[in-house]
Amino acid sequence: MWDYTDKVREHFVNPRNAGELPDANAVGEVGSLACGDALKLFLKISDDGRIEDARFQTFGCASAIASSSVLTELIKGKTVEEASRITNKDIAAELGGLPKEKMHCSVMGEEALEAALRNWRGEPAVPHAHEEGKLVCKCFGITDAQIIHAIRENNLKTVEEITHYTKAGGGCGECLDEIAEILAAESGKPRLRELKPVTPKKMTNVQRMQLVMKTIDEEIRPRLETDGGDIDLVDVNGTTVTVALRGRCAQCRSSLVTIKELVEKTLREQVDPAITVEEAQA
Amino acid sequence: MKTVYLDNNATTRVAPEVVEAMLPYFSDLYGNPSSMHTFGGQVGRAVAGAREQMAALLGARPEEILFTSCGTESDSTAILSALATQPDKKHIVTTRVEHPAVLALCQHLERRGYEITYLGVDFKGRLNPDEYAAALRGDTAIASVMFANNEVGNVYPIQQLAEIAREKGVLFHTDAVQAVGKIPMDMTTLPVDFLSLSGHKLHAPKGIGVLYIRKGTRFRPLLRGGHQERGRRAGTENVPYIIGLGMAAELAARNIDREQSHVALLRDRLEHGLVNAVPDAVVNGDTDSRLPNTSSIAFKYVEGEAILLMLDRLGICASSGSACTSGSLEPSHVLRAMGVPFTYAHGSVRLSLSRYTTAEEIDYVIREFPPVIERLRAISPFRGEQGGPAGSR
Repeated sequence: MWDYTDKVREHFVNPRNAGELPDANAVGEVGSLACGDALKLFLKISDDGRIEDARFQTFGCASAIASSSVLTELIKGKTVEEASRITNKDIAAELGGLPKEKMHCSVMGEEALEAALRNWRGEPAVPHAHEEGKLVCKCFGITDAQIIHAIRENNLKTVEEITHYTKAGGGCGECLDEIAEILAAESGKPRLRELKPVTPKKMTNVQRMQLVMKTIDEEIRPRLETDGGDIDLVDVNGTTVTVALRGRCAQCRSSLVTIKELVEKTLREQVDPAITVEEAQA
Repeated sequence: MKTVYLDNNATTRVAPEVVEAMLPYFSDLYGNPSSMHTFGGQVGRAVAGAREQMAALLGARPEEILFTSCGTESDSTAILSALATQPDKKHIVTTRVEHPAVLALCQHLERRGYEITYLGVDFKGRLNPDEYAAALRGDTAIASVMFANNEVGNVYPIQQLAEIAREKGVLFHTDAVQAVGKIPMDMTTLPVDFLSLSGHKLHAPKGIGVLYIRKGTRFRPLLRGGHQERGRRAGTENVPYIIGLGMAAELAARNIDREQSHVALLRDRLEHGLVNAVPDAVVNGDTDSRLPNTSSIAFKYVEGEAILLMLDRLGICASSGSACTSGSLEPSHVLRAMGVPFTYAHGSVRLSLSRYTTAEEIDYVIREFPPVIERLRAISPFRGEQGGPAGSR
């Protein structure tokens, strides 16, 4: 049995603002019957951009219904500007927390709000993030843009967390490797930005080789190891670096992405922008 | 608030007679059945009596009864024994709707190099016997097919399937955890080699199970290190629980007619009551061949966990094949194997009765359950055409 807070239970049993809003001028819909949860959010927004009324219809578990209910309470009376800053974290916090496996219910709330506000602005129903993103999880229709958004918004550290927040990877599991790649690329970014550029003006071949080895040892390998992978440096020939992926990375269908997105990018930033990385032929 | 317990496929109440039979073995009669002295010996005789009670329920011989710790241990013991005694055979036949006790073991064995055939089922959860027969090969070590399904209650044609296996010289195991005590069975005419059962599904406590092993079947123990159970399962006997299971078996044998005359009638009354009162509700499974106590109903437009929590507030205990109850994101493997559309599977609820279920309880559920669905549908976006009482409350 789920460890729901009293507030989740209370909002589940007595949902606020449930039902349709006949004079709504903004509607946001996310989820589907097949996915197991769906939320339709109705807003009545005044001419000066204030949310006068909010109602919802939700198909889903107790936490989905409770998330929808507190969302309507959170946004009622707020300006569109204020409401657009509400995230899934606010929804979960308002409920006194959600079981981690249920965080996607709060994300659904945020997405429905975003969709409704887009609808009000006359923008297409599907946010740019979804349009531009590449479909990663085919079971639940989750794009890389949605995954990256959830990672940044909630500071997610593991693939499991991403599944809890977005549902991505929770079906057949085929996209789990791809999610791991996205996570690796994301978790790498802020860390790299903090490091000061260490690219010397002129490097000898030996210096470059040593720096490549150091970067692989200190920067790249630890990240691959968190996903059960490893990397071997095979050769450095001028600015061409040849590597072999080991462990889980070796069987990974997206090993090329790892090499380009993680290995090459890191080496370019840390060693030399001219570097190209190649995978050693088995 | 009164509890209406309709989750007997998850576990059952321990029969008061069972508790009573067990109690002395927690206090005065604490001897070790293996001891030479009279004090332990009397306990040994009581264990032998329990073995006879269990054998009588199954139409088996006492020496064919192996006491284990649970149904899962029985399943593992049977399948691993079949592999150990036939090391040249690397193939197993089972079904996609087995309990995880069998499925997860098979998936584990698959990673160890065994080949597993997982037989599919049709939309009612039925197996195709021809497909099953064709799957049995010369190198098939064992076929394992559940007697009855825990989620939808389907009863499989074990007589026919076991006969086919015997003709082809393949060992046959059935996980009968949900069936024993609900469906009469007789090992003198049912040609299975192994049969698993679990105490807590038939009003004995949790932590005790049985593996029936047909006399003459080659066997390798799972646990070594003692002569107990005639060397087939080392470890000092769980005496009080064995005594309890013996009593539960005797009670089950005495009450088995009531399963059809009492339990099945209440189940049908419940099922008809709900399906008639609630639109867009369908019964999952094979209603022509089903356990007398089980009903799995799918309610469209609502989600199972929400239903269960609403029922919980009414004191009604049920279970669901929905994704959200388990923490996974997909509906149960059984409903998926049956091809139940996700739109229905998410709203599936399992109600399982026992001989302790009363007509009053069933009528209470028939009265209180439909408004729960109505209430959840009123806030669901997928029933706009109904309008109804949707609105803030």
